[in-house]
Amino acid sequence: MNSRIIKLFGFVVVSFAVLIGFTSQWAVFGAADLRQEQANKRPLFQAQQIKRGRITAADGSLIAKSSGTGRGASRQFVREYPLGGLFAHPIGYSFAEQGNSEFEAFHNDELTGVNSEFTSIFDELRGREQTGNNVSTSLDPTAQQLAFDLLDGRPGAVVAIEPSTGRIRAMVSQPPYDPNLVPDELPELNQDPGSPLLNRTTQGQYPPGSTFKLVTAAAALDSGALGIDTLIDAPASLTIQGQELGNSGGSSFGEIDITTALTSSVNTFFAKLGRRVGEETLYEYMDRFGFNVRPDIDLPSDQLSVSGVFGPDGDLLRDGEGVDVARIAIGQERLLTTPLQMAEVAATIANGGDLMKPRIWDQVKDVDGRTVDSMEPSRQSEVMSEETAAQLTDAMKAVVNEGTGTAAALSGIDVAGKTGTAEVPGREACDGLPNQAWFVGFAPADDPEIAVAATVECTDGQGGTVAAPIAAGVMEILIGG
Amino acid sequence: MGAGVSGLSARNRELLALIPVALLLTIGFAAVFAQNDSQLGNLSLSYGLYFLAICLATHIYIRIRLPNADPYLFPLMALLTAFGLVMLYRLDAELARELARDQANWFVLGLVLFALAIHFLRDYSVLERYRYTIALTGIALLLAPRLPLIGAQVNGAYLGVKIGPIGFQPAELAKICIVIFLASYLREHRELLVVGARRVLGVTLPPIKHLGPLLVVWGAAMFMLIFIRDLGSSLMFFAAFLALIYVATGRMSFVVIGMAMFMVGAWVIYSTVPHVTDRVDIWLDPYQDPGGAGYQVLQSMFAQADGGLFGEGFARSMVVIPGGTDPLLPAAQTDLIYTLIVSELGLFGGAAVICVYLLIAARGFKVALMANDGFSKLLATGLTAVFAFQAFVIIGGVTRVIPLTGVTLPLISYGGSSILANFILLALLLLISDRARRETRDGNSGPPTGVFT
Repeated sequence: MNSRIIKLFGFVVVSFAVLIGFTSQWAVFGAADLRQEQANKRPLFQAQQIKRGRITAADGSLIAKSSGTGRGASRQFVREYPLGGLFAHPIGYSFAEQGNSEFEAFHNDELTGVNSEFTSIFDELRGREQTGNNVSTSLDPTAQQLAFDLLDGRPGAVVAIEPSTGRIRAMVSQPPYDPNLVPDELPELNQDPGSPLLNRTTQGQYPPGSTFKLVTAAAALDSGALGIDTLIDAPASLTIQGQELGNSGGSSFGEIDITTALTSSVNTFFAKLGRRVGEETLYEYMDRFGFNVRPDIDLPSDQLSVSGVFGPDGDLLRDGEGVDVARIAIGQERLLTTPLQMAEVAATIANGGDLMKPRIWDQVKDVDGRTVDSMEPSRQSEVMSEETAAQLTDAMKAVVNEGTGTAAALSGIDVAGKTGTAEVPGREACDGLPNQAWFVGFAPADDPEIAVAATVECTDGQGGTVAAPIAAGVMEILIGG
Repeated sequence: MGAGVSGLSARNRELLALIPVALLLTIGFAAVFAQNDSQLGNLSLSYGLYFLAICLATHIYIRIRLPNADPYLFPLMALLTAFGLVMLYRLDAELARELARDQANWFVLGLVLFALAIHFLRDYSVLERYRYTIALTGIALLLAPRLPLIGAQVNGAYLGVKIGPIGFQPAELAKICIVIFLASYLREHRELLVVGARRVLGVTLPPIKHLGPLLVVWGAAMFMLIFIRDLGSSLMFFAAFLALIYVATGRMSFVVIGMAMFMVGAWVIYSTVPHVTDRVDIWLDPYQDPGGAGYQVLQSMFAQADGGLFGEGFARSMVVIPGGTDPLLPAAQTDLIYTLIVSELGLFGGAAVICVYLLIAARGFKVALMANDGFSKLLATGLTAVFAFQAFVIIGGVTRVIPLTGVTLPLISYGGSSILANFILLALLLLISDRARRETRDGNSGPPTGVFT
């Protein structure tokens, strides 16, 4: 019997080896696949167990915080946004099931504390759990609120940048949404015809209209294709590629210089100028301004849109790919830009021709208040010479003082700007209101503190009447603040 | 007199082996305290001391009554119990229950029964005389959950009885009764089964006359499947039965026939009893109903996936859905306790637990090898096999080797019946071991073992 008992023990050994084999399959070899399973909510719950850091506005007011419930292994943290929709678009949301978006997604590592490796290992030894760092932003809550008030329910967007540093001071997209409702109402928000989840400042692609003439002018003056006093004949209309291109109101201007042409936003002047500059040079300057690639900002790249010329199939067109340079020069011809890109154009001119990388974050501090990291302003590109920038600034001052942008004037402060009105007939969501109204500019003109792009969708007004007052209000509140 | 462990007497080795057990309990309780942000007070230390005191008392009792018994079985079983207590203590906070306290009480009661069994069954061969009474008791225990008033249904299976506030899983005790009966019956009839066997169509069949009782056991296993719906217990019983048949007769063909019969029966029942159908279908494809029937086994796999090699850390695995009381690991204190171990202590923790079961099996079979008479050999083999198979059935269930069923992980899972039954099982193994070693030492071994092989 003894040999059979030993064989039976052998059978038990083999059976138990099978158990260890299966355990290693689930715990080690197949673990990565199991963690990917849709039915597996453990990774989501684990993400909720980390206390994310706070996000604060420039004045210290709390934009996002995490509060915990439960204890032990079942403790969890839920994100709260005390200011509701005020910062919804730049900051986004962070919830276990819905994931992270916008700033919350881009700065996830800092907010969850995974970057502080040393601390992690140290805390692991002490049995302390991972805690996120706090991140402050340069966003200004009063400017955010004012932008919403001035948009007054109309769909649109406002971006305000500090030209010398690239700090984003305001980033507003209308309509807003309340990120606190995302866990319960995400499907409804996704299907809302007003697209409240869309961050129009970075993902809204709009025809820039005449505001793009700033890019054409910068290319012309800086490349030497045109002198500041050079005159070009600007008739009431031109025929370009078989289609008529005319001035607003049908006026003929005769021989004028670029300052006059910008002040009165003369289409025929800039169409001719575009041809004089040429596709290649215009594209070079567009590239320097940040067109044709995703903007370099601290937001996730899948939530950023490229500004540029798009073909009928939605593909980005380069120079030499059959684009109509005369129409691009005046902001038409399937040229689509984001409000952020146009704010960068204004900020570049305001900063003497240097484009600073736009940044929302300001500082990262650990839970004990020690500064872990600070935003160092850095230059993205040298777009144009200081002289060109100064010449453009003078022209833009004239736009506000005596041209199409008088509604952006502020008492006691010189404002430089450019209006734009793009007609987008047949846009379904607009209910027959055809215009996209724009104003881009900065102030004070001689020592710029703030550059702004404001745009309103679906209006029957002009950039100068609809968008300029919004930009003016936001600039005024941010100057000296 | 050499130094080292080999020079120690059996009882002194037992005493030494208990020290790491008490340490494990102390450190484990301390870890739970630390994890729960509580003060690391004297309490965890005193738990360790209490446990050590109880184990010492038991050790002294064994020293007096069974001085020759196997020295490792009790410490190994105490180790599993201590480990179970720590895991349950860790669950208390999350489940808002006092599982560890209950389990500790059962442990003490189990040791009392252990002492009583050793006291009254000093000559355990009396069990042979009452084998049919014991068999009937076992069957009655198995049927109890289907009786009106006291029967209780859990997850579609009839596993427990409830008399007033006291719940009981009779299958745990029934397994001992049935092993005693089988060991006794096979001791008497095994030669007849072998001698009377004839070959039919190239297969060796037992004689029809003696086949009856074997068919009864097969019928009982099928009966349990149908009426008790206890897939796990019936698998465990039948495997122990086949193991005993094999060891008693040496005829592999009996085992093959038995397995074939079980398969046929299981297939018929699978196709006709909805509860069994569900369990098997979910085993084959748990993703077909991830939020319902497949939830437990899927969550078991997911929790193990978090474990990796070394685990998430003690008391770090999620047992309930954060922010609520809904289970993320359903029945973590019973069915899925092995899952929890793998999740928190990793593959190494799980493998370590399996190795302890393997060591117990090794010591149990060693007792059987050393025993001098057929009944002792078969009884020790059967008790060890049923203990090992029970561990296999539940660990295999949570790792999807076989369908998940509701048997307990011996000595680790929460549950009084399991603890009590397993300490009675331990008492029987130690009784057999003490007699075998005493007889070997005294040189008056009974009939020579050669007769039995």
